[in-house]
Amino acid sequence: MSEFLQQLVNGVTWGSVYALIALGYTMVYGILRLINFAHGDIYMLGAFIGLYVSRFIRAGENPSPVKALVVLLASMLLSALVGMVIERFAYKPVRKSPRLSALITAIGVSLLLENGGVLLFGADPRFFPQLIPSRNIPLGLGVVLSNQQLIVLVVSLALMFLLRLFVTYTRTGKAMQAVSHNHTAAALMGISVDRIITLTFMIGSSLAAAAGVLVALQSPKIEPYMGIMPGLKAFVAAVLGGIGNIPGAVVGGLVMGVAEVLVTGYLSPTYRDAIAFVLLIVILLVRPAGIFGKAVAEKV
Amino acid sequence: MKFRSMPAVLASLALVAMGLLAGCSSSGGKSEIVIGEYGSLTGSDATFGQSTKMGVELALAELTAKQGGKIGGLPVRVVSEDDQGKPEEAANAVQKLLNQDQVVTVIGEVASSRSLAAAPICQQAGVPMVSPSSTNPRVTEVGDYIFRMCFIDPFQGTVMAKFALTNLALKKVAILKDIKSDYSVGLAQFFTDAFRAGGGEIVAEQAYQAGDQDFSSQLTAIKARNPEAIFVPGYYTEVGLIARKARELGLTAPLLGGDGWESEQLLAIGGEALNGSYYSNHFAVDNPDPRLQGFLQKFKAKFGKEPDAIAGLAYDAANVTFACMEKMAAEDAPRFNALSATHAGTPERKAACAKLRDLIAATQGYEGVTGNITLDEHRNATKPAVVLEIKGGKKVYNTTIKP
Amino acid sequence: MKRLLGPLVVLVVLVVLNSGLERVLNPYFFQVLILVGINIILAVSLNLVNGFTGQFSIGHAGFMAAGAYGSAMFSLTVGQRMVNALVAGHVPAAAAEGAALLLALVLGGLLAAVFGYLVGLPSLRLRGDYLAIVTLGFGEIIRVLILNIDVIGGPRGLPGIPKWANFFWVFLVVAVVIAVSRNLAHSTHGRALFAIRDDEIAAEALGVDTTRYKIVAFVIGAFFAGVAGGLFAHYLCYLNPNSFTFLKSIEIIAMVVLGGMGSVSGSVLAAIVLTLSPELLRPVKEYRMVIYALMLIVLMITRPQGLLGTRELSLDRMLRRRRPAETRA
Repeated sequence: MSEFLQQLVNGVTWGSVYALIALGYTMVYGILRLINFAHGDIYMLGAFIGLYVSRFIRAGENPSPVKALVVLLASMLLSALVGMVIERFAYKPVRKSPRLSALITAIGVSLLLENGGVLLFGADPRFFPQLIPSRNIPLGLGVVLSNQQLIVLVVSLALMFLLRLFVTYTRTGKAMQAVSHNHTAAALMGISVDRIITLTFMIGSSLAAAAGVLVALQSPKIEPYMGIMPGLKAFVAAVLGGIGNIPGAVVGGLVMGVAEVLVTGYLSPTYRDAIAFVLLIVILLVRPAGIFGKAVAEKV
Repeated sequence: MKFRSMPAVLASLALVAMGLLAGCSSSGGKSEIVIGEYGSLTGSDATFGQSTKMGVELALAELTAKQGGKIGGLPVRVVSEDDQGKPEEAANAVQKLLNQDQVVTVIGEVASSRSLAAAPICQQAGVPMVSPSSTNPRVTEVGDYIFRMCFIDPFQGTVMAKFALTNLALKKVAILKDIKSDYSVGLAQFFTDAFRAGGGEIVAEQAYQAGDQDFSSQLTAIKARNPEAIFVPGYYTEVGLIARKARELGLTAPLLGGDGWESEQLLAIGGEALNGSYYSNHFAVDNPDPRLQGFLQKFKAKFGKEPDAIAGLAYDAANVTFACMEKMAAEDAPRFNALSATHAGTPERKAACAKLRDLIAATQGYEGVTGNITLDEHRNATKPAVVLEIKGGKKVYNTTIKP
Repeated sequence: MKRLLGPLVVLVVLVVLNSGLERVLNPYFFQVLILVGINIILAVSLNLVNGFTGQFSIGHAGFMAAGAYGSAMFSLTVGQRMVNALVAGHVPAAAAEGAALLLALVLGGLLAAVFGYLVGLPSLRLRGDYLAIVTLGFGEIIRVLILNIDVIGGPRGLPGIPKWANFFWVFLVVAVVIAVSRNLAHSTHGRALFAIRDDEIAAEALGVDTTRYKIVAFVIGAFFAGVAGGLFAHYLCYLNPNSFTFLKSIEIIAMVVLGGMGSVSGSVLAAIVLTLSPELLRPVKEYRMVIYALMLIVLMITRPQGLLGTRELSLDRMLRRRRPAETRA
């Protein structure tokens, strides 16, 4: 029983990481109907930027939670800028193109980030400094939670909550919702669609970067290809929850994390990657709109 | 059925044929000896491919420093090709090295899967191939032109099993292997066989994939079975993380591993979590042997980081090749000269490569940085394995296990 | 009789080239040529699904893998014995191997087609991007399955496949797949596929059984991908799941998109270009992937319809100015 509970705890922690990444996917898809393949690589970039920032402020020498926070925020900010650049130069020109072209562009950006990463950072896996020393918090019943896992959970939930507030109660947030419904109508209402799209990318990228830093604090090995699988799985999570739906992405991420950990622990770890896609296929067969999605009738 | 597409088909065929024919001039090469090296310079295994290249480069640099980069009066050149981590690209890379660059020996590859794709090509062309670190026994079974500098899975797996049974007196071990790696799967299998034969019990067997970040589910499942040690025959890229996660979950059992652990990154990533663990390797970094220490220093000076096991093996592979060429130049100068690129495509060259093959096969007691290398009749290296312990954040020599 | 003239000429040309080229070209170029042929088959078969029918399939490498392993297992078990028996019965080796290869390819192709059916069936009610991810998922699932089945080698791969594929067989299949595509394009089936690509709802409204046609496109595309996989297996003589990753699927898509979706000759041209460029880019090997990625991005921004759009290369057009209606698919 304690094994099962431990697996659950692991799953929820890992799932919150997927949720963070999934948020970026779901927002971009909601606004642009584009699967941003490069999103997983922003997660990777966030981790590397965090590495260099922590070197710059010499965080490794005297680790402290404050420095960790600085690294996190700096990485989020810089990654948001990267997201903006990518959107401006790669995605904006293909906004009116057929969707497969946009998809290929996204794949191209993803390949560029990965291989560019290899050129810039080297192919060796790097070590991310342990800014928050690990301590175990026993939860009873033989289940342990490390303080790092707790931080990942708490920060993820906090960011998701902030995002929800932003989207629901601020003007810009409502503008984002409007653009995701209909570009033209939003433009007619005086919303600068371009700016909203750029902002969406920036927010999405910063969340992915946050996920990257949080994961790196916990599992300190980072390398240029680390974003591919988490990116794909996060996308599946977004679809699971209902693509375009923010709470859905969170729930989808958690479900994804738990399912993956349970399959790995009880069935076979070698099917770990496959479970993501099996889940995807199942949900698309049973309820294509996702858990929270609404089936939208296609207008002709 | 109408054949409107025929013009298109013929046209494209003709285009392709013409384009390639235009480029198929037989090259009368320069007067030099060319050695080929292939590995994954890009792709997810890039870190190992780059290590191989660096090991070979260091050997060449030393040759240049020592004797102007010449053997028997002919300059030596190394051509490196990238195989992107794919077997079919390994085949392409080797074809190019053989046919475009006219190499007389091929060094490569790290992964058995890519070696297996390229070996038949080298065998057929009559050019020796020396793999620094492919451990699948089938690689050298391809033919008598294929050699390897490392021990094969059956040996290394047995080494750690023996160590666990005898030196550590363990009875119950769990296994955590990398399912994506031929090396890891092979090692796990042979460890299992040897351990069980010695009366031990494998209490759990879990797997992960290279590139994974999270091992909590596997380790949780292993923890539930209470092993005395965990055998993790993977690469340092994951082992450090596994050790950390295990300690976080409260698993105190020591970890055991193979030469895939060897790298300066291992302790950087694993830190204190690795204390009390053991792994088998080709060399012990605290071994005062001047040759080994010289290699470690020169590598660090040239590349800015410490070599991993793969770099050491590649370095030895290159040096063994150079040594055999020296021998040939000394004993049989006319044959040796036929190795030059100027003789590309001639039967003399083929005979010369055959002679080189014989010399490589006769390698006995070569003192490399990865141990005392003798190639057996299957062209695999037999050499003792060194078991290292990680104590106080350092790698410490524990014992040597002979084949 | 006149109808058979075309195919007959092609066969003769192939046989001549087969014996001649291997002697004239150095093995490196020859190998690249074979790989070009295999990639042409892959690109044209994917074009059927992506280009003609407008369905986003990005799991093509999975079908290739199914065909590769299927045909390899057949050859290693039954095929080799068949060849030995035939050769003992005084059948020339080339013919015996050819027959065995043909059988292996067909079986591999059929296995891939079965997977194509399994993938196509549930994916049909999905649109665009979702279909893309599902096909990607299937590709990955097939790869993970292969990794876990020990009898076909798993991560260690499957060595020792007999080398029966040669120039003749590879380019024969190239000719066949191009012919099938072109004939499909000019048939009623083809028109249905194009209708689905242009506007699925309108097509459905006009009575086109979109479900059936989409499945047919998937199955045929998968079949040929499987055959390409079989040829790949019997040329490289070694199979490893690493050859069939998501990246491979993307490379095939890049060929279809570069050539122009819906254009068979475009796919052929693009396959040639994209197979040769990694070889040509060897001098800058560390930057190769970056250059490749940039190329994809720039191409999509500047010329998303690819090199040829939906048009075909045709001698007719080049020699005589034909009416445009004749040449548009």
